[in-house]
Amino acid sequence: MAKSSNMEILKEGIWSNNPILFQVLGICSALAVTTQLKAATVMAISLTVVITLSNMIISAMRKVIPSSIRMIVELVVISTLVIVIDQVLQAFVYETSKALSVFVGLIITNCIVMGRAEAFALANPVIPSMFDGIANGLGYGVILILVAGARELLGAGKLLGFQVIPEAFYNMGYSDMGLMVLAPGAFFLIGLIFWGQREIVAHQGGK
Amino acid sequence: MDIVHYLSLFVESIFVENILLAFFLGMCSFLACSKKVETAFGLGVAVVFVMIFTMPLNWLIYEFLLKPNALERFGMQGLDLSFLTFITFIAVIASAVQLVEMIVDRFSPALYNSLGIFLPLITVNCAILGAALFMVERNYNFAESMVYGAGSGIGWWLAILGLAGIQQKMRYTNAPAGVQGTGLVFIASGLMAMAFMCFAGIQL
Repeated sequence: MAKSSNMEILKEGIWSNNPILFQVLGICSALAVTTQLKAATVMAISLTVVITLSNMIISAMRKVIPSSIRMIVELVVISTLVIVIDQVLQAFVYETSKALSVFVGLIITNCIVMGRAEAFALANPVIPSMFDGIANGLGYGVILILVAGARELLGAGKLLGFQVIPEAFYNMGYSDMGLMVLAPGAFFLIGLIFWGQREIVAHQGGK
Repeated sequence: MDIVHYLSLFVESIFVENILLAFFLGMCSFLACSKKVETAFGLGVAVVFVMIFTMPLNWLIYEFLLKPNALERFGMQGLDLSFLTFITFIAVIASAVQLVEMIVDRFSPALYNSLGIFLPLITVNCAILGAALFMVERNYNFAESMVYGAGSGIGWWLAILGLAGIQQKMRYTNAPAGVQGTGLVFIASGLMAMAFMCFAGIQL
């Protein structure tokens, strides 16, 4: 019984209540770090780790946090975790952490982490909170990887830094879509993903 | 003093490197609060306020406490506290927001009432923390960080005001059902970002 409810939580975070698509949270980094697939993957993993741990810690402390200062407590927990992640990234994947620049630090103010802490961890025991964290992290990661894949493929003809679109295409007059690498490309892509997802939901539910 | 340098930094941070449209910082409140021009205006003012207040503060703290070897003047050698940057900055921002809230409440109740709910929200606005981190990354000096803070704040204000205006107009558009709402907002901001890109290359 407990298992099925945890599965339920997982499914909710990844699809039916996806943090980016349905709750419209954490858009900043979803747009900013998605010019390259590799950076986006690292970002998605970091966020999943942070949100899982922060959900667990805050949920474990939920009975002792006074509600008047809970924002500060949450921020302290989250920023401590982010500092750890940042140090780990600098130690092991230095190049990518340079590419992500300030956006690792901005996980602190990523509304998903804060939002899940407020909405879920403060009211639920540790284990469901952990699953909620994993699910929301993955839901965020899926969108991030989708957008980053599209942007890198269309904007540079590469995936994970490898040339995917063959040379022959370029010789026949194909050229990379420079717009995709720039800021507006990200806005358009996310807009289109929203559109697609709304259409799918409308089809399925008929609501 | 090279006034032109500061002026061009100011213009650059408002238009060319608009913190919202080029770096995507502060998107959450940008999306949530851009339905009406009045609320967008209020939130924008609050962001400018907090930005001007926290940037120099964060600069001083970073320069004199956190920077590698900053504590040498107090006789502590070889200490690098820069890993504490995130937690310090967010604490400064959170307390500055609280402080600004109290000051505004004391001296201008009218402004406080109109900003009311938005002030606490600013703590988790990534634009503020993002600007502070950019300041560190780009090694701005004290005056530059002040100018950059003001410029980014005003840039954010301008962008949210623009989008709020567009959204009010968009209510009457006849778009397909699926794209209405968030999808359309994103596409409109994409067009805005494109428009702002035209400022690139402005040199004073």
